[in-house]
Amino acid sequence: MIADIGYFALLIAFVTAIYAAVAAWYGKSKDKMRWVESARNATIIILPLVVLSCALLVTSILRNDFSLEYVWRVSSIEMPTYLKFTSLWGGQAGSLLFWNLLLAIFTAVAMARKWHEQKELMPYALIVISMTQIFFLGLSAFVENPFTRLDVIPPNGNGLNPLLRHPGMIIHPPMLYLGFTGFIIPYTFAIAALMAGKLDDGWIRTTRRWTLVAWLFLSLGLILGGRWAYDVLGWGGYWGWDPVENASFMPWLAGTAFLHSVMIQEKRHMFKMWNMFLIILTYSLVIYGTFIVRSGVISSVHSFARSAIGPLFFAFIAIMFIFSAYWVNRRRDELASTNSLQSLLSREAAFLYNNFLILAILAVVFLFTNYPIVSELFTGEKGFVGPPVYEKALAPLFGLLVLLMGVAPLTMWYRSSVKRLGRAMRWPAIASTITVIVLFILNIRGWGALVGFWAATFATFLTLLEFWKGTRARMKRGESVWAAFSNLMARNRRRYGGYWIHMGVLIMAFGVIGVEVFQQETQLRLEKGGSLTLGRYEMVFNDINRFPGPDDLMITEATMDVYVDGRLVDTITPRTELYTRTGQPMTIPDARSTIAEDFYVLLVNWEPTSANSATFRVFLNPLINWVWGGGIIFVLGTLIAAWPDRKKQSVAARSRRVAIGAAD
Amino acid sequence: MGNREWEVGSEKWQALRVTLYVLVLAVFLGAAIPSVAQDGSEGDDSGLKKAVTANDVNKIAKRVYCPVCESTPLDVCQTQACADWRDIIRQKLEEGASEQEIFDYFSNLYGDRVLAEPPREGFSLLLWLLPLIIVPLGAVFFSRYMRNLKATAVQSVSVPDTAVPDAAASSDYLARIEKELENN
Repeated sequence: MIADIGYFALLIAFVTAIYAAVAAWYGKSKDKMRWVESARNATIIILPLVVLSCALLVTSILRNDFSLEYVWRVSSIEMPTYLKFTSLWGGQAGSLLFWNLLLAIFTAVAMARKWHEQKELMPYALIVISMTQIFFLGLSAFVENPFTRLDVIPPNGNGLNPLLRHPGMIIHPPMLYLGFTGFIIPYTFAIAALMAGKLDDGWIRTTRRWTLVAWLFLSLGLILGGRWAYDVLGWGGYWGWDPVENASFMPWLAGTAFLHSVMIQEKRHMFKMWNMFLIILTYSLVIYGTFIVRSGVISSVHSFARSAIGPLFFAFIAIMFIFSAYWVNRRRDELASTNSLQSLLSREAAFLYNNFLILAILAVVFLFTNYPIVSELFTGEKGFVGPPVYEKALAPLFGLLVLLMGVAPLTMWYRSSVKRLGRAMRWPAIASTITVIVLFILNIRGWGALVGFWAATFATFLTLLEFWKGTRARMKRGESVWAAFSNLMARNRRRYGGYWIHMGVLIMAFGVIGVEVFQQETQLRLEKGGSLTLGRYEMVFNDINRFPGPDDLMITEATMDVYVDGRLVDTITPRTELYTRTGQPMTIPDARSTIAEDFYVLLVNWEPTSANSATFRVFLNPLINWVWGGGIIFVLGTLIAAWPDRKKQSVAARSRRVAIGAAD
Repeated sequence: MGNREWEVGSEKWQALRVTLYVLVLAVFLGAAIPSVAQDGSEGDDSGLKKAVTANDVNKIAKRVYCPVCESTPLDVCQTQACADWRDIIRQKLEEGASEQEIFDYFSNLYGDRVLAEPPREGFSLLLWLLPLIIVPLGAVFFSRYMRNLKATAVQSVSVPDTAVPDAAASSDYLARIEKELENN
């Protein structure tokens, strides 16, 4: 009964989305605003319907209603209650429904809030967003229906995949999905602007904060995903260039390029066509990413053919792409740049270099991610591209991007002089060169790492200098250091938020170079009381215990004392967890964690461990915590940049903008 | 006024362009060469059984992926099949096989997809070549595009001179003004 109501709500939501598209189109073409308003109300009504559907699915999970196939798949009687909630996105059908929920929230908020601001765009925005909703609601209602019943009711369910029980994995998918669905809003307004022929930067201003927020969530999702891999997957790393990871990295890249290049349009009214292309690309990659994750097409072309979901996604991406391309083509004259590039050494040019590098990275990742499919199509043999290939191809591009990240903020709009740039870069260049020489003297080798460190140090000095220059300029007005600094942040949130983000990325870059180049590892079988040495660390195997955990869990935990230079610094407990019902093992590491490095220990379960000996795999991960620390700064920077202005300020800013526009 | 020297088509511009191409090429070659050099250097077969440590096995297992376990390298994978594969690696190492011989053994049996790095021959050569072609080609198109953008700028005089911060006069003061203007 409950499930039937849930499914019914989903069906009504689907029909409502169709109605919204038709009503918006009819209202616009017959110039009847009441129909457009009705369409808007329809998109808002979809939200409570999808909420109801999700709530009832969760209720079914909580009630252990194993007559539903989905509930049987992802839940079990013994599972803790909080996991039963998160099971909503623990499987295919549920996560698609969850996708619909987030899309419905974004849509309802956007349509309710932007109604007066962008009235001319609204009818078109309604049509575009309803098309996306029709597709995803239809997918949930007819193809991946979470309310499908089983013929025979099993006594208990499978339980959630153990890999998905970690806190990181519980919040990681919602973050990614928020990022994915968030980008649909700027796309919607972009296409609406095309259809309405209103090609000023209104759509960009309207959706600027949406874009940043979507990007923030996607970034958070990527960082949390990395942390989850590091904490749970037990391989000493955080990013494996897995197709599923790439699926969320690619829209992030396109979104990053877009975030940068819209600034040219806002400031100089250039590259309207290019920005359209980038947001369409981002949207396509969002849908494509969902498709990769949900269809399993990369792991096997056969799963693509077996499940109906693959061809449907393919058709939908094609339709939306052709639809977008049609409108871009129709408006191509109006999209042509009115202003032109003054110099190759200017802020706008720097943004374009950024776009080029990011798109080059995107192209390589796209090529490698899809190689298995292409290979299977042409040779009949499935291909595979491992992390070493990605690293070789992308390292130089990332290096150039880091350099650009430091230099670009020095450039000015219109044109910058070589002399001025040179002067601004001289001291940071010298300081970073000295830093690298010191590193070399400290016995750090490898030209790749040294070049990387140099680029990251150089960019870091340049970025810090930008903060300092701004602060000093304000201090000359008589403000104290702290007041000058915080006022600078508050008055120029977007710019300095951006620099904070750059700082975060640079700190992460140090961490990435540290781990990728200087990681050490060793594996050894130890008797109780035996020890192992890696770098400055010595580890003594004290004890090992086996005991039952919650649910069907059986835990084997080792106790290890960690010594640095002969001094006891920590006691850590790496362990293995066995989910006895499914027989799935997990290797949960533990680490002695410092700013300099992680001493990361895995209790390896290769051979069945006897009572008195066990095999350990130990990693020394230099600078790994810089990756997480940089991630936090990155997120804070994005928050600074996206934080809403107070009303008064934004009015003032708007009038100032008009003044600038006139000056242009 | 120093900027004029950097205009499209000027000598300095040409020099900059050539330098850029060379740099990009060097960077990519640099990325490719050390790995090529690595490949041939492994493998001395000094007969007799060797003492093989878990580290020796891991070093190779890291770069092998069994066909069943998606995207999980052999050194991490927990399945019995992967444990068996690790034993094969150990045996081969004990028999004195080189790294490359072990990779070849697995790829002959199960295809190239078990290798983290596909071989640089046949169809998968494409994989190695395409980035080296696409990115530089993209760079050429991109620089052409930028040049065109610049070329139209020479014809159309659309920006008032006041908006161009003069190199000489661009003191902190002007920089600050620019910053203030940008505040929105």
